[in-house]
Amino acid sequence: MSSTKYPTERLKCWGKAKSLRENYYKDFAEAHEKGGIRWAGGAWSFDAIPSGLGEDVWALTGEPYGATVAWNKEFATECQEAIETKGYARDLCSYMRNYWGSILLNKYAWPQFSEEFPKADFIWQDHICCSHSKWYQVASSLEGGIPMYSIDVSVGPYGELTDSRINYIVGQMHDGIKWLEKVTGREYDDELLINAVHNEFRSCHYWAAICALNKAIPAPLDEKSMYSLYVLGTLRKSAQWTADFYEKELYPEIKDRVERGIAAVGNEQCRVMTDTQPPWAFLKVFRYLEKYGCVSVGSLYTFSLIGLWEDQEDGSWGPRAIPDIEITNRDEALRALAEWNLSKPEWQHFYHPKLKSEMMIRIAREWKLNGVLLHFNRGCEGLSLGIAENRLAIQKAGFPVMPFEGNMGDEREFDITKTMTRIDAFMESLEFEKITE
Amino acid sequence: MVTIGMDYGAKNTKAVIIKNGQILAISSVLSGFDQKASEEQALNKALNNAGITRNKVKHFTATGAGMEATSFANDTVTEISADARGIIAIFPSVRTVIDVGAEEGRAIRLNEIGKVVDFGINEKCAAGAGAFTEAMARALEIDIEKMGELSLKSTKAVPMNAQCTIFAESEVVSLIHQKTPKEDILRAVHDAIADRITSMARRVGIEQDVALIGGVANNIGFIDSMKRNLKCEILVPNDPIKPEFVSAYGAALTAQDRIRG
Repeated sequence: MSSTKYPTERLKCWGKAKSLRENYYKDFAEAHEKGGIRWAGGAWSFDAIPSGLGEDVWALTGEPYGATVAWNKEFATECQEAIETKGYARDLCSYMRNYWGSILLNKYAWPQFSEEFPKADFIWQDHICCSHSKWYQVASSLEGGIPMYSIDVSVGPYGELTDSRINYIVGQMHDGIKWLEKVTGREYDDELLINAVHNEFRSCHYWAAICALNKAIPAPLDEKSMYSLYVLGTLRKSAQWTADFYEKELYPEIKDRVERGIAAVGNEQCRVMTDTQPPWAFLKVFRYLEKYGCVSVGSLYTFSLIGLWEDQEDGSWGPRAIPDIEITNRDEALRALAEWNLSKPEWQHFYHPKLKSEMMIRIAREWKLNGVLLHFNRGCEGLSLGIAENRLAIQKAGFPVMPFEGNMGDEREFDITKTMTRIDAFMESLEFEKITE
Repeated sequence: MVTIGMDYGAKNTKAVIIKNGQILAISSVLSGFDQKASEEQALNKALNNAGITRNKVKHFTATGAGMEATSFANDTVTEISADARGIIAIFPSVRTVIDVGAEEGRAIRLNEIGKVVDFGINEKCAAGAGAFTEAMARALEIDIEKMGELSLKSTKAVPMNAQCTIFAESEVVSLIHQKTPKEDILRAVHDAIADRITSMARRVGIEQDVALIGGVANNIGFIDSMKRNLKCEILVPNDPIKPEFVSAYGAALTAQDRIRG
């Protein structure tokens, strides 16, 4: 018999999510043994496009890989020291440094699948953050010169989108497909591309729909658990297994939890959100919050790194509808893919912090938050850019904010004890007392 | 009703004993490696000063960086809340508290009833704290207690750009080699810490009255730099609660509040 305020249950599909993630890293490691192709690139790359090369094409996205390394403190330190010894600066993107270190050491974060770092056959990247293309330019060089293609997506915010801006990206995509055919020697299959685009629509829509369910009190999901679920979209959002998992397993389960009042944190009495990537080696911070009955219901980062959002008929923020269009050829598929991705909330604040503040305040209001924890993340310039302005805007909107400094991928820049002390002070200021020790 | 507040600071462990809101005694000892021994020493010293025995104490609240190491406190309160509680009892008009301790700098904004509205704490760097002034005193071969008075004799502002203790020390060494008068270097040191602390305080939002507490608030040169930087008067507590005892005093008052409910 539970003694908590709300009933709690473990997620039924938790094991499935874990095995999907493991299979992804296994498939990449074993791709060549199966006669397949490996490619590397960012989590925001247009991963639907290489899908047209065949069903035996496997990817390794850099940011989730960098986070996986970060979680293993010893390996992360080894990677960082290796890359610093090589002369790279300590203040660069910490995911990037973990990734490069892994190449330099020739060690894979999943040694059960490969002791050596599996070398990609080509690099397929996009560029919106200042590190994106540079990351893979160096990775290519460290691996002896892997062919690389990068698409510039920095055409401005979605609200100012024009045909010429879409054409700029679609043109690069068409060129990219010719480049893919050339470097792999394979003929491109548009049907596979179209399927992948539809999968991506489903993945992005359903992940946002799942996050929207967290408006419920009690919240059915806590952010620490969400990290293990959103990651599938960052691995391969255009894969059928990702789309199916979100649509057919996770979404129905979370919906059911809401209907039955199942809580992520049984003593929920305080609701917060965070911002940017967490310090991956210290996710126990979220468990510490739970001692106060505090649930982090997510963040703009977890909601919309993959999830796409739009205004709903009732005026609330909800999942962007899956486009009701028939895609009949390559150009239509690329055009739809470009337009879809350009609406990504996490791409908007590269243009102005105001755009991010507006979305964060919206979350704070609609998800009924008591406060906001902002991670001044020294490991990611891209997502931390403007965060000090976000803080002021959120406070002005009436929500207390607790900033803390850290680094998503470099534990040397995070102080767990000080952060927990800071949480104590923040909770005291919000007048919440510890429920459990 | 007798309560005790103890502040387990990075450099000193302080105790304040109060009875029905009135201060009975204070004590301070160096925080040694053995925290329990320091705790015992500070407590016994305060009890002796008050002339009471431990069994007369109704409630004991701990605060400070080492508060979790307490072996006999009934409960704890964060430094932020303790500072707020302590200062509002001394100066009810205060809306901004700046606490500069040995290793940590804090800025706290309060509302009209003394509730914490926002706060800022320095991160993994003690450049804006007491450890910085100690390092500079060592570099200048001067007693830390004399730094403030001497710096007030300065006639020239010398820029010191460093925001890091290590780099600042090398700047101080360069200034010494340039035959810069000691008082000007000291003023530069105080101005540098004041710059750092006030930039954090401005992020939190400065509202008058402003109070300065923590051990570094005993340095009149630093107070002067803070006044020039903030362009306002600054309240600094004195007897019986000196700046470094405000957190412990706030903890003792919190203990009293908790008993009363």
